[in-house]
Amino acid sequence: MAKIYSKKKSNFNKLNPKIETINFILSYSKAFKVSVYKGLRFETIIN
Amino acid sequence: MNPKSLSDATLVSKYINGDEPSLTILINRHQQRLYSFIYSKVYDRVVTDDVFQDTFIKVIKTLKLGKYNEEGKFLPWVMRIAHNLVIDYFRKNNRMPKFNNSGDFDIFSVLSDGALNAEAELIRSQIFSDVRNLVEELPDDQRTVLKMRMYNEMSFKEISENTSVSINTALGRMRYALINLRKLIEENNIILTN
Repeated sequence: MAKIYSKKKSNFNKLNPKIETINFILSYSKAFKVSVYKGLRFETIIN
Repeated sequence: MNPKSLSDATLVSKYINGDEPSLTILINRHQQRLYSFIYSKVYDRVVTDDVFQDTFIKVIKTLKLGKYNEEGKFLPWVMRIAHNLVIDYFRKNNRMPKFNNSGDFDIFSVLSDGALNAEAELIRSQIFSDVRNLVEELPDDQRTVLKMRMYNEMSFKEISENTSVSINTALGRMRYALINLRKLIEENNIILTN
């Protein structure tokens, strides 16, 4: 069987997001609140 | 019980009920797979981070607004959101005006102001100075013809009248002037290109 000499493609499975991105998501989650008033849902972001 | 060993469904349920650390566990558990999935589509780390962030913002909103149902599994649902956002990204990108510089037309030939930068200007002035010095090295008769032709833009007829020689002699002097200039340039290893 013929050998394949082309370079092996980089492994995407080892990639991770930046810490800043994770921190932003977690901060956003803590800041994001949903309040219900008379059956209506209101989204608020509390900083 | 160790929270890290809890199932996705349990963590989602806890998160909906206000347990923020559950989201941290969910992100840590699935970040690599989700991030790699997005990167395999967009091949750009910055865009991948953006899409990854937008995916979780959508996840957070859906969960907190109580719109999430447990019909499907958590990760496939998140992957689907990411996939849709990647499609949105490509749609948005295609709508933006793009310039492809692979054809015959070069945008920089239009955008360029034509002015030389400081380095090119300096090199040009050095070349002019070198040429002037080389011309001064030529024999008088050749130098005179060359100056009249190149700097005064005189015709060979005018040169012949001014120097009291035939046109053929003027042409010959010009020819020898150029040959001698080339010789001087080669002998002195002078580079006259910008």
